[in-house]
Amino acid sequence: MSLRAEAPPATARIPRFTPAERWVHRTTALLMGLCVVTAAVLYIPEFAQLVGRRELVVRVHEWAGLALPVPVLAGLASRAFRADLRHLNRFGPHDRRWLGAALRRDRSRRSRPAAKFNAGQKIYAAWIAGATLVMLGTGLLMWFTHLTPIMWRTSATFVHDWLALTVGVVLAGHIGMALGDPEARRGMRTGSVSREWAEREHRLWRP
Amino acid sequence: MNPEPPEPAEAAGPPERSEAARPAGPPAERGAPVGRRVFLGTLALGALGVVAAPPLQRGMEAFLGSAADKDPTGLTGLLPNGGGFRYYSVTSSVPHRNATNYRLTVDGLVDRPAGYTLADLRALPQTRMVRDVQCVTGWRVPGTPFEGVRLSTLLDAAGVRAEAGAVRFTCFDGAYSESLTLAQARRADVLVALRMQDKDLGHDHGGPVRLYVAPMYFYKSAKWLSGITVTEKVKPGYWEERGYDVDAWVGRSNGRDDEPTS
Repeated sequence: MSLRAEAPPATARIPRFTPAERWVHRTTALLMGLCVVTAAVLYIPEFAQLVGRRELVVRVHEWAGLALPVPVLAGLASRAFRADLRHLNRFGPHDRRWLGAALRRDRSRRSRPAAKFNAGQKIYAAWIAGATLVMLGTGLLMWFTHLTPIMWRTSATFVHDWLALTVGVVLAGHIGMALGDPEARRGMRTGSVSREWAEREHRLWRP
Repeated sequence: MNPEPPEPAEAAGPPERSEAARPAGPPAERGAPVGRRVFLGTLALGALGVVAAPPLQRGMEAFLGSAADKDPTGLTGLLPNGGGFRYYSVTSSVPHRNATNYRLTVDGLVDRPAGYTLADLRALPQTRMVRDVQCVTGWRVPGTPFEGVRLSTLLDAAGVRAEAGAVRFTCFDGAYSESLTLAQARRADVLVALRMQDKDLGHDHGGPVRLYVAPMYFYKSAKWLSGITVTEKVKPGYWEERGYDVDAWVGRSNGRDDEPTS
C-alpha cells in the first residue's frame, strides 16, 4: 500500500533481476569474455603475432573455461535465480507463437507474445548452457591428454574448434540484441525496467 | 496518488496465484520443459560429435582444403582445419634478423666450434624435401617444400666428440629450445632450413633460419634457430617441459595416430 503510494504505477520501475542474478550474469560474461579473447589470440594468426606469450594465454583460457560454470552453480543458492531457470525451462503455447513469428520474420508485437523471457531467450539460455558444458568437457580432454585414450584428443579438438566458432556467432547475436535494446540492458544493469517496456516486450510477464 | 484503480493482481502476489486467477493469460511456469530438452540435446550432440569426429573431420578437411585453394579472401584459413600454417610464439615479441646480423653458432662437445652467417649457410650443399607438416594440435599442411643444409653436414664439419649423445637447439626469440638425440639429429630428413614453400623463410615462419625435423611433430622444428649445442644427454625443450613428448615421431607420440610424415 505504502509502496504504491510512493510510486505511481505509470512511472514505477518493475524489478526484473535481483543483485544475485545480476552478479551471476556479470561474472559469467566476464569469464566468457576471457575465454573468447584468449581463444581469438590462440587461434587467429594476426592476434597471435600481436600478443605471443602462448603459454600464458593457454593458462588463462584453461582457467577461465574451468571457472565458467561456477557463477551459475553458485547462483542456484538464490531463490530468484532458480525461479528464473524455471521460467526459462517451460515453454507455453505463447512461446510456440513467438517462435513461429520469428521464423516468418514477423516483427509485430501482437504475434510475439512473451512472458518474463521470450522463446528466443529461452532457447538461447538452454543452448549456451549445453554448449558451455560441451566446451568444458572437450577442453578437459585436450588439457589432460594423458588421462584419455588415443584419438580422443583429436576428436575433442575437432568439436571444440567448431563449437567455438558457433558459440562466437551466437554470442555476437546475444550481444547485438542487447545493444539494440537499452531498456533490456538497464534491466540487467540496475535490476529494474520501465513498466512501459515490460508491457511492450513481455506482456504476459506478471512480476 | 493513485487515480486509476490498479488492475487486480497485476503487481501483487506470486506469479502462480495471479496466473491461476486469470485463465486467459498463458502460464509462464507450465508447459513442456523445452529448455531442459534443448540443454540435454546440445550435450548429446556434443558427445555424438566427439564420437563421430574422425569421419566428419576427414570430410571437412577435404572440403575446406579444396575450398581454400579457390578462396581469394583467405577466410577459410580462419576456419578450424581450414588449411595453412598458424603462428605460434611463446614470447611477446621476436627480434628480426637478416643477412647482416644473423649468426648460427655450433658449439658444445665438438672439436671445431663454428659460427655461420646466412651467406655461409647458403654456400653449403642444399637439400630440398617435400613432406606433409603435422602439428600436434591437429592441423596438417600437405606437401610443403623445405630447403636447407642437412644438420648432419654441420655436425660433421664441427667434429662431434665421442662422449656426445644429443643436440640442443636454441632460438633468438630468447625462450624456445628443443633437443634431439644424436642419432635423430644425423637423419637425412633433418635440415637447417633456409627456404620454405620455395621462398626464403620469412620472419613469421621462423626465418631467416629454422630447424626442420621432417618425421616429427612441428614443435620440434624450432623457429628462429640461432644455436646448436652438442651435449651428453637430451634435455627437454620448451613444450616438452610442459607435457609434450621429447621423441615426437608423427603418429607414434603425444597420444596421436596421425599418418607419418617422413
